[in-house]
Amino acid sequence: MTFRTIQKKDLPPFIDHLIQTMEVVGVREKVEGKYEFAPLESSSQLCLDYDVTLLSPKKYILPSRETLLRFKTGEKVSCEPVLESRPRAIVGIHPYDLKGIAQLDRIFADANQDEHYRRKRQETLLIGVDIKRASSYAFCKSMNSAVVQQGFDLFLTDIGPSYVVAIGTKKGEDLLGQYATSKPSAQGEIAKRAEIQEKIPYFFSLNSVTTPYSELPKLLADHGESKLYEELAEKCFSCGSCNLVCPTCYCFDVQDDMALNLSEGERVRLWDGCLLDGFARVASGENFREDRAERIRHRIFRKGKYIYEKYGEHGCVGCGRCASACLPDIANPVEIFNRLKEGK
Amino acid sequence: MTTAAQVQTGSLGLTSIYLPALAEITRTEQLTKMEKLFEIRLKNGQELGHQPGQFVEVSLFGIGEAPISVSSSPTKKGSFELAVRSVGNVTKALHQMNPGAPLGIRGPFGKGFPVEEIKGKDILFVAGGIGLVPLRSLINYVLDKRSDFGRVIVFFGAKTPAEQLFLDELAKWRTSKEMEYLETVDRSEGSWKGNVGVITTLFPKVTLDPKKTVAVIVGPPIMYRFAILEAQVKGIPDDQIIVSLERRMKCGVGKCGHCQINDIYVCQEGPVFNYARIKNLKEAI
Repeated sequence: MTFRTIQKKDLPPFIDHLIQTMEVVGVREKVEGKYEFAPLESSSQLCLDYDVTLLSPKKYILPSRETLLRFKTGEKVSCEPVLESRPRAIVGIHPYDLKGIAQLDRIFADANQDEHYRRKRQETLLIGVDIKRASSYAFCKSMNSAVVQQGFDLFLTDIGPSYVVAIGTKKGEDLLGQYATSKPSAQGEIAKRAEIQEKIPYFFSLNSVTTPYSELPKLLADHGESKLYEELAEKCFSCGSCNLVCPTCYCFDVQDDMALNLSEGERVRLWDGCLLDGFARVASGENFREDRAERIRHRIFRKGKYIYEKYGEHGCVGCGRCASACLPDIANPVEIFNRLKEGK
Repeated sequence: MTTAAQVQTGSLGLTSIYLPALAEITRTEQLTKMEKLFEIRLKNGQELGHQPGQFVEVSLFGIGEAPISVSSSPTKKGSFELAVRSVGNVTKALHQMNPGAPLGIRGPFGKGFPVEEIKGKDILFVAGGIGLVPLRSLINYVLDKRSDFGRVIVFFGAKTPAEQLFLDELAKWRTSKEMEYLETVDRSEGSWKGNVGVITTLFPKVTLDPKKTVAVIVGPPIMYRFAILEAQVKGIPDDQIIVSLERRMKCGVGKCGHCQINDIYVCQEGPVFNYARIKNLKEAI
């Protein structure tokens, strides 16, 4: 990997140049202490020192509501795909969210490539940044997501007076060359970057999964019949918040939306969640995951077993958003994994 | 394991796995009070190209999509048939449609019955209610290639005589020399003189050679547990029991998540499964 150093004073002009050429989404403080990914009008709105955002940047690649098709009904029926995308940079993505996006890339580009996703993704530039402070629910060390060396176009590490920029792709390198004042990083700067990154996992020492990463599938399999899921189900509202805030949840519903003229309409996909009551219900009324405990178990197995067995990486990236979004406070994977291990 | 879906291209040259091919209804036939048969032809003149047991997503623009098993054998050319129970938004609207009406078709999707693997075997078909709809695609396929298979035994159970479907075919099967056909109804009505009782009551009526018999079982979720048990009692090994499982299939291409049994996307690896593959999965049967 190659590195270039950009002085701190030169970062805002770089972002402002980007804003003039494409949509730039960055981390902004929404209300005090709460952050979100939102379009930037100016570099001054960008915040690179944050704990976690309310939603992951997934929403720009797999939007919560996305038109897949437009159709006309009546005499002459027709139907066309809608493939909407535009050049966009997302700035300030933490490593766990980069991992989340890399996982979506795999799922949507697997057999049966999803062109709607692919086009948006192709036009999206990912600019990551190292974690400076941990959110109280995050457990990135346990999920190998505190630091990443891939899955970005550019990645910034604050080394004091400047940022060391890791170059992930040619596209990122070209953009940096075109719009930023930077120079090749000195050996000392690269060493400083490594030193900083080495410490980041330890921000999460107080919130750790007691089972090693690669042994989670076995832990879940061994405790598939645990009473814990029923205990959690007694408090669960089946609201699906844990699904909706998750950077790796990708399940969706598809609905038709008719225009008021009743002669044209669109088919849209909407985020869906496996915790919601009707998720597996078919038209006859049969619900294949009717029991709330089964739905909780399904989510936990997806996060700690199924995805790992398919792709070699866990579906959970340790951001802790589900834990903070859950009203009855039962969604925290750390607590679930650790209680399963303790057998209680 | 995943299957590659046919990808359609719109008139503007854009492709999407969610774009249906335009099709039209060429014939309809009311099968029972609740079930209607639709013969469908793709507007591009192509064959659907399905395997027995595969399904399509039927698209009614403005209403939505529903996954429906193909009921005709691929040996039938020019069009294909869906037998549909009126039960949800899409299927209720479909029942109002007449020949000439336009609709969209995506697919075929999923893995069908293993027609090559079961060649030369005795086949025991166990169809409960509208489980006959997907099974019919295989039964007719087997009958069209009769010499490739051993004994053909069909069990069909319906709740009442009025809920029997494909009556013309049942009438032929009753007298056919090429197959052994046994039927029952849960509740007798009218002039019914045949067997009365749930489908499992048919098992003791036949003698099988379990080593060379494959049982293909399709019915409502509740039926599997009992029918599989009866097949096991007959000595049929688990890996010679084949089932087709119903699930909510929204996308058909292994993405939307609704059809999952544990880590398995039923729309990709199923809907047809070897029982040995799924018997230990908590949510399967």
